[in-house]
Amino acid sequence: MPPDSFEKKNMQRLSAFRKIHEHFVNFPMPAVNWLWCLGACLITALGLMGLSGLFLAINYQPDIQHAFSSVMTLERRVPAGWLIRSLHMGGATMLFAALYLHIGRGLWYGSYKAPREFVWLSGLLLMALFMVTAFAGYILPWGQMSFWGATVATHAIGSIPLIGKSLLSLLLGGPELGDVALRRFFVLHFALGFIAVALVALHILCLHGVGSTNPTAESRKPDLTTRPFHPFYTIKDAIAVCVFLMVYTGLIFFLPQLIEKQANLLPANPFKTPPAISPEWYLAPFFAMLRAVPSQLGGLIIALSSIIVLFALPWLDRSPRHNARFRPLVSSGWILFFASFLTLTIAGLEPPSAFWILLSRVALVAWFSIFLILLPYASWRDCQQEVKK
Amino acid sequence: MRVTENLLSLINPAKAESCSFMSPKTPHNEPSDTPTSPTRRQVLTASTVALGGAGACTLAVPFIESLRGPEASLQQAGESEQAAFLDVDLSDLKPGDYKQVVWKRWPVFILHRTPEMMKLLTDPVLRARLSDPDSKICQQPKDAVNDYRSINPAYAILIGICTHLGCVPKFSDSRIPFLKGGLFCPCHGSEYDNAGRVLTAMPAPYNLPVPPARFVNPTTLRLGESAGDPHFTMNDIRQL
Repeated sequence: MPPDSFEKKNMQRLSAFRKIHEHFVNFPMPAVNWLWCLGACLITALGLMGLSGLFLAINYQPDIQHAFSSVMTLERRVPAGWLIRSLHMGGATMLFAALYLHIGRGLWYGSYKAPREFVWLSGLLLMALFMVTAFAGYILPWGQMSFWGATVATHAIGSIPLIGKSLLSLLLGGPELGDVALRRFFVLHFALGFIAVALVALHILCLHGVGSTNPTAESRKPDLTTRPFHPFYTIKDAIAVCVFLMVYTGLIFFLPQLIEKQANLLPANPFKTPPAISPEWYLAPFFAMLRAVPSQLGGLIIALSSIIVLFALPWLDRSPRHNARFRPLVSSGWILFFASFLTLTIAGLEPPSAFWILLSRVALVAWFSIFLILLPYASWRDCQQEVKK
Repeated sequence: MRVTENLLSLINPAKAESCSFMSPKTPHNEPSDTPTSPTRRQVLTASTVALGGAGACTLAVPFIESLRGPEASLQQAGESEQAAFLDVDLSDLKPGDYKQVVWKRWPVFILHRTPEMMKLLTDPVLRARLSDPDSKICQQPKDAVNDYRSINPAYAILIGICTHLGCVPKFSDSRIPFLKGGLFCPCHGSEYDNAGRVLTAMPAPYNLPVPPARFVNPTTLRLGESAGDPHFTMNDIRQL
């Protein structure tokens, strides 16, 4: 690219923006497909979450006497408060949907491989951060689901041998879920939002250090041209964001029953558990794992390992080939993985039954055998073939 | 790369131009000095940015609207607290004493004047130093437009909020020698006489507001209801 294109636009005075120009105007992009637009959708969702979150925070009271009524006041009496809250609640669903697709894209196209390990690791860290943030945020309205979701999760932490009890009292600041804990969850939720923004910046920096994966690189006719980010991918991302926003608005205006559970319209009652407890869909796979393992500690370890194994992925699959489309064994592995993720999600949302517990166990075995058996084997076979060549 | 460029130029000449921008072989000779009509891309970019900006502005509307807070619908419904009365017993208030009560959300001062205080209010020397001696500006109900700014010369009934920037003044003797028993605002030094009339050359622009009030019996004052000006509301006051 011509070195002076930045100066040409009479922006010498604004040399502080040179980096922005390098990263969002001139940045050379390989021939990526529509799935590479999910990052822009995620940034949009995160921005809307931050905006609506700030406006929720100025109307929220983090103490157990007033939390629920302050949220109801916002819904019923603050002008457009219902819209701001719906944006935030629906935003969680949209953000996780885009996040899981984004990660699925990374798996399929081998975006986790060298030299993009740090892109992958920072992205997984972001996913974990969003899970904690979403969990803390779900407690804040102090409805029945908030309270009992938090109760179950804190008891899970408390069941960790040796350190569980003391860890829990450090987290809650007392023996049980009360005012101190609620205030902490509020501060945690609020602060993690900003930390997420910083991590997103780090994630993009890591990506721009090595550039995006080229999905066509291993095909018979690889497209090796690079195009400047602006206008080629700004326009493409803008179209994807428009579609994303259409689904988002459709969700919050026409399907509100999907984004808020009815049980959470009742204030928290520590003496009565609602008849059916189910997590938000984006945490359902891990909830299903807790159910599928017939041991309190075992379930925790399995659920945690299912995420940790993702962190190890760049070292489990060391094959130089990226795109699963040209690796038949790996592509069937990923299809199986996506199917088991979906199975676990549905199992986590269904009331517990022998059928769903059996299916979750099958999905769990598939989850771990793909990462620990299929991928290392396929990777070993690929390396052998490379050596032969 | 050549092939793709040629293909692209068939579809969209502007695109091919942008592609050549990536290739260092082709010289980059953009006519920067001669004014040209905007390219198709510039028009598209401008209209996209305009549409996106309009969307952002639309999104801002509910957010800004929400800043009016949870009481917004009540404010819209008007003075729903119109019927808020407060009966104050004045039987224990000796001449020269005052009491402060809270009516609605305002501090109300009730001063029982001594005969000297009443006499001072009609003093021409004082009147010459007042900004609005005849209470022409609507800071009080019509039945309080008199030398005492009161329905009863023996009592001063004032809303204790300085008309400058909203501090609560206190009763104190003025720095001006002849003015005894007036009000002084500690924030920016505005001075009022004992009927809440502001002196000239003070930061405060108006006299202190007088609430609607009537005596239900000689020692009980009802705030919030005016006998002489029944349609008066606190919204009629110029500055509160």
